[in-house]
Amino acid sequence: MRRSPGQARRFARAFPLTPAVVLILLFLAGPIAYCVYIAFTDLQLTGQAHSSFVGFDNFRRAFRDSEFLNAVWLTLVFTVLSALVGQNTLGLALAALMKRASKPVRTLTGGVVVTAWVLPEVVAGFLLYAFFRREGTLDAILAWLHLPRQNWLFTLPILAVSFANVWRGTAFSVLVYSAALDEIPAEITEAAEVDGAGGWRRMWHITLPMIRRSIATNLMLNTLQTLSVFGLIWVMTRGGPGNKSQTLPLFMYEQAFQNSMIGYGTAVALLLLLVGSLFSVVYLRLLRTEV
Amino acid sequence: MPVRPTAALSALLTAALAATALSACGSGSGSSPNTLKVSYKQSTDNSIKVMDTYLAGIKKEFEKKYPGKKVEFVPIKAPDSEYYTKVQQMMRSPRTAPDLVYEDTFLINSDITSGYLKPLDSYLSQWPDWKQFIDTAKASARGEDGKTYGVPDGTDTRGLWFDKRVFRKAGLPVNWQPRTWDDILAAARTIKQKVPGVVPLNVYTGKPAGERATMQGMEMLLYGTGDGKSDPLYDGGSKKWIAGSQGFTDSLKFVESVYKEKLGPDVSDALDPNYTTTVVGELLPQGKLGIDLDGSWLPQNWLPGSGRDWPDWSKQLGLAYMPTEHGQAPGKVSMSGGWTWAVPAKAAHSDLAFDFIKTMQTEANAKKWYIANSGIALRKDVAADPSYATAQPGIRFFTDLVSSTHYRPAYPAYPKVSTAIQEAMESVTTGDASAQQAAGTYDSTLKDVTGGQVVQK
Repeated sequence: MRRSPGQARRFARAFPLTPAVVLILLFLAGPIAYCVYIAFTDLQLTGQAHSSFVGFDNFRRAFRDSEFLNAVWLTLVFTVLSALVGQNTLGLALAALMKRASKPVRTLTGGVVVTAWVLPEVVAGFLLYAFFRREGTLDAILAWLHLPRQNWLFTLPILAVSFANVWRGTAFSVLVYSAALDEIPAEITEAAEVDGAGGWRRMWHITLPMIRRSIATNLMLNTLQTLSVFGLIWVMTRGGPGNKSQTLPLFMYEQAFQNSMIGYGTAVALLLLLVGSLFSVVYLRLLRTEV
Repeated sequence: MPVRPTAALSALLTAALAATALSACGSGSGSSPNTLKVSYKQSTDNSIKVMDTYLAGIKKEFEKKYPGKKVEFVPIKAPDSEYYTKVQQMMRSPRTAPDLVYEDTFLINSDITSGYLKPLDSYLSQWPDWKQFIDTAKASARGEDGKTYGVPDGTDTRGLWFDKRVFRKAGLPVNWQPRTWDDILAAARTIKQKVPGVVPLNVYTGKPAGERATMQGMEMLLYGTGDGKSDPLYDGGSKKWIAGSQGFTDSLKFVESVYKEKLGPDVSDALDPNYTTTVVGELLPQGKLGIDLDGSWLPQNWLPGSGRDWPDWSKQLGLAYMPTEHGQAPGKVSMSGGWTWAVPAKAAHSDLAFDFIKTMQTEANAKKWYIANSGIALRKDVAADPSYATAQPGIRFFTDLVSSTHYRPAYPAYPKVSTAIQEAMESVTTGDASAQQAAGTYDSTLKDVTGGQVVQK
């Protein structure tokens, strides 16, 4: 059968995309496929001459491993606290307040928030380590206020790292929400005002429904970023004390690189990928619903 | 007609891709046959340049001795555990494998099993200086196949450092030498009572301290239980790891006493990953720590030019060997580790690499190195040299400990066993578990991480 002219043209048009596709296959799909393969082997970084295929052993092992389950739980706590509640809500609140604030206040707030965002993760980690540690800044403030002193990194490590993540990541939500709020046509808000709707009512019935898509996008990006936070926690607590702040990325690192079990670590990485995609599916459904 | 942006972009991408691929082929493994790549561990503390300075001197000497050859350093600036990971990843592929690596004896057997290292026997048999190395040192780099995979460049030993200023205030003798574990605890209790504001006794513990907790902490205790001859961690006869030993529980009880009675640092300090810097940088120099169970290398932190110069340390700190549990024979305990220079199996220039080792290990250069890094000599000629023995206070004390020292069972499962030990220590340190409970948890973890290769003792 001969190719129709339409098909030939489509082929010619697709041809320039080839390099991009090759790049994606090589650098994105390639490593992922290799990871999937490794997750089914008992590959070790050291201490082993040959690795072999072990089927679902690594996954079965993970679900029997109390440390893994602990890490899953902490990852969920960390994500819900810092991404869903912290970054998202605080970001929206800041964006709404900044919209009404005077220009100098807006510039100052924006500046502070964005500084936290542009700081490299490790630098932010050290700053917050210095803030929370025993005899750190927070401790000094508490002492000055005659309040009971605490080593937050030791007594409430998951809360401390969650706070750190909120501190660092809120800027992103502020930017997203500022843009979204600016999109709301002034006439609608004015009309509601004329009709006698107060601030809360306007927020609930106009603003939130209208920026619903931005909320879903923002939640998705926040969640995915937070799920993969490593440097911040590593610098502040190394997952400790004990395993009290060991989220999945840290658990994965410990298994793969400290205990040399690359196969097991990679299997955990795949499970983390699964958690991320579950969240994504939920948000995508939210996105699809039209207002 | 204007060029469509996608077409222009993809043409550009194609060109970029081709260029990357071509240049990668050009530079990857194609290092010059006359260039020797040497990887080593650079201190994460910028003020410590002991290794860098020493190697720069060797490079000069080497390039003079072998005209036309060049040495290229590939320093890796990372804490221990991350250094191992990086080196292991580099050794996996011939494209990234250096010609010479600095290997911790802690991992040498594991890396031999992985096939990362090259046996050096054919070189060693033709190298007259090899006879100068003491036997235990030669054994530390020998694989289970009987071949030798590295040239050790020194070892370390461990003991009790104590602060004479604190001891005077507490009314304790400044020529202190405990005979049993109880003597140590008794001294710590006295300090706690009489010298407030001072940490009486530091024993590294928990996962944040990593191998430091296992070796300076737990194993310094554990190897002092029992008869002092057989290995309390690994049974060489059956090639199995030992579970359920009384010595293990006793050692955990010691750690428990230290932290429960508040004889040690505040638990949150002890579990701070940066605590060792506090100990050597602040607590010891400032006289805020009574007794520290620690390694022979501490003085290198206080050398002139280190940023924390403390030339008087030997007047203020005393040294005592670590006693056995009840003072039973042989009376004292030490653990040793150390590093070796090894040639990766996938190295491009192994002959040249061995020539570099020979240059580092001439008698004069070895002596220079031991003195510079507060290392313990493994060469008989250097150990006997009076200028080595008097180079630094403490050297004689720690060199004498070599005769009663133990090496870790550094088999492939060891790193995982070590993590299990740290977890057991941590749970008694925080009070989450009693010594018995923690020992029980260790036994089941041990079974898990060694694939059931466990024997009850």
